[in-house]
Amino acid sequence: MGTFSASSEGLDRNGEPKNEPWLSEVSRPSSAIVTFPEAAPLKLESGQLLAPLSIAYQTYGTLNSAKSNAILICHALTGDQHVANAHPITGKPGWWETLVGPGKPIDTDRFFVICSNILGGCMGSTGPASLNPKTGKPYGLDFPVITIGDMVDAQVRLIDHLGIDQLFSVVGGSMGGMQVLEWVARQRARVATAIPIAAAPWHSAQNIAFHEVGRQAVMADPDWRGGNYYEFGVVPKNGLAVARMAAHITYLSEKALQGKFGRNLQDRAARSFSFDADFKIESYLRYQGSTFVDRFDANSYLYITRAMDYFDLENAHGGKLANAFVGSETQFCVVSFTSDWLYPTRDSKAIVKALNAVAANVSFVEIESDKGHDAFLLEEPEFHATVRGFLSAAAAKRGLHLAGRAS
Amino acid sequence: MQKAVPFTGQQRADHLLIAEMVAPGSRVLDVGCGDGALLQLLAETKGVDGRGVELSREKVNLCVKRGLSVIQGDADRDLADYPDRAFDYAVLSLTIQATRDPKTVLANLLRIGERAIVSFPNFGHWLIRAQLLFTGRMPMTPNLPEPWYTTADAHLCTIKDFVDLVALVDAEVEEAVAFNAKGQRLPIRRSLSLQNLLGEKAVFKLKRRA
Repeated sequence: MGTFSASSEGLDRNGEPKNEPWLSEVSRPSSAIVTFPEAAPLKLESGQLLAPLSIAYQTYGTLNSAKSNAILICHALTGDQHVANAHPITGKPGWWETLVGPGKPIDTDRFFVICSNILGGCMGSTGPASLNPKTGKPYGLDFPVITIGDMVDAQVRLIDHLGIDQLFSVVGGSMGGMQVLEWVARQRARVATAIPIAAAPWHSAQNIAFHEVGRQAVMADPDWRGGNYYEFGVVPKNGLAVARMAAHITYLSEKALQGKFGRNLQDRAARSFSFDADFKIESYLRYQGSTFVDRFDANSYLYITRAMDYFDLENAHGGKLANAFVGSETQFCVVSFTSDWLYPTRDSKAIVKALNAVAANVSFVEIESDKGHDAFLLEEPEFHATVRGFLSAAAAKRGLHLAGRAS
Repeated sequence: MQKAVPFTGQQRADHLLIAEMVAPGSRVLDVGCGDGALLQLLAETKGVDGRGVELSREKVNLCVKRGLSVIQGDADRDLADYPDRAFDYAVLSLTIQATRDPKTVLANLLRIGERAIVSFPNFGHWLIRAQLLFTGRMPMTPNLPEPWYTTADAHLCTIKDFVDLVALVDAEVEEAVAFNAKGQRLPIRRSLSLQNLLGEKAVFKLKRRA
């Protein structure tokens, strides 16, 4: 895989080798990796060709002999392939370990679970920090603008590579849910069941607006350097941290913020009459921002948010969302959360309405939660019971046996 | 693997009668499916490909945990989303009396399903008539236990009323069964007036007039 070496080009301002934790994952990911050569470029929605294409991925559990027990998990904007193992940079548990693992609702004793870093990401799949074969330097803004559909087409390459004909399920929350919908729209025969969670069939004006604020914060950082910061050994950390702070607010609910932080002060008895992080909420957001920049590339953030903004499954299907699902035999389980104002229940209902219009097989549950959009990542017993019940029943219906046994 | 949550409790008499009316292996939409008992019965005894719509979020979640395909929705608002003749049967069990616009709901059922199967409590039952006659108050029976000010049953009807509505939506009765408190069926074709007096509930199988 062509990525630039941190040791030769990534020098900091003092000429010392710089130590951006995510940088080593770009070129040497702590994951399996498959690379498709120049001869097999990925045709993007923009019309551009992308080659070579690398996809870094994690798997859990065992693929059965019939290759019928595979579940693809699609990660969200700032997620990655480390869904159920300790994160190689932060050391924190996998981002969906509450849902995925032995005996968990997505049971790795039964299912072969795959999660790949998305196209445009910075954890080993080809993205703006990867080496541009034409220049021998990181792509930066020469990386083509990608779409959710392009991410899915890249995942299709991986699933082909793994020799899997049909996925038992494709599961994802938020942007992961958008990928789930694109999977069904593009590869309907290859998706037996689909679980789009806290997702939407299009990105709303409000969501585009928040993303634009984040992008402008990154671009306003002098260290961004027109997207070519890699060459200068700097990183637009401040801009990316502000983007993350703003976005983080949208993942919570007003009630959750008030309940968790209120107007409480951080490590002090009184106001400091300064711009220090007096309030707990300020301190929390600053912490979220500062830890994020250690594991994420700013340009990836630009490209991935853009892909989400461009997502409009209705527009892509002649202005009628139901057209995306005509003839679908996939069994759907659509999930939303009551306090999610970023991808509200009405967006999930639009998906359900379109599925009903083609008499598709769909279940839809709205989970009561005050945790906002983030609820899909958290311990929500009702949500987990839904996923477990849906997958168990669908597996039984297909006569799916435990991995390793005849099936 | 965790087994689907089993349905516990006795089968409702109208569910057993509905199951008798449904052809094996057919596609069924159960509107107001509650905890999914009928869908589960139909899947187990008739190999039906069933879907459900239910207003209560708790009940929907219970159904999905059981592995049933159920969405949260409303018979009055959400049936319009379904295409014509998407199902062999559209079922409405003990729900029509709680809808806002029973006529439109029934018309939608007949549009979505090749057949509609509707069960409802019969307000013409003698016990209800007697209560109203002798007490001068809104009847409350084991079948209709809620007082008038809390019940969701805004559109109660008698068997005769329902037969009139069937004609109004340009449909015909293929099969009709009235049954008593013990779940014993009374063949309705003998005398509509008698069934209207003795039947506590009724199940109708309907089809569009050609």
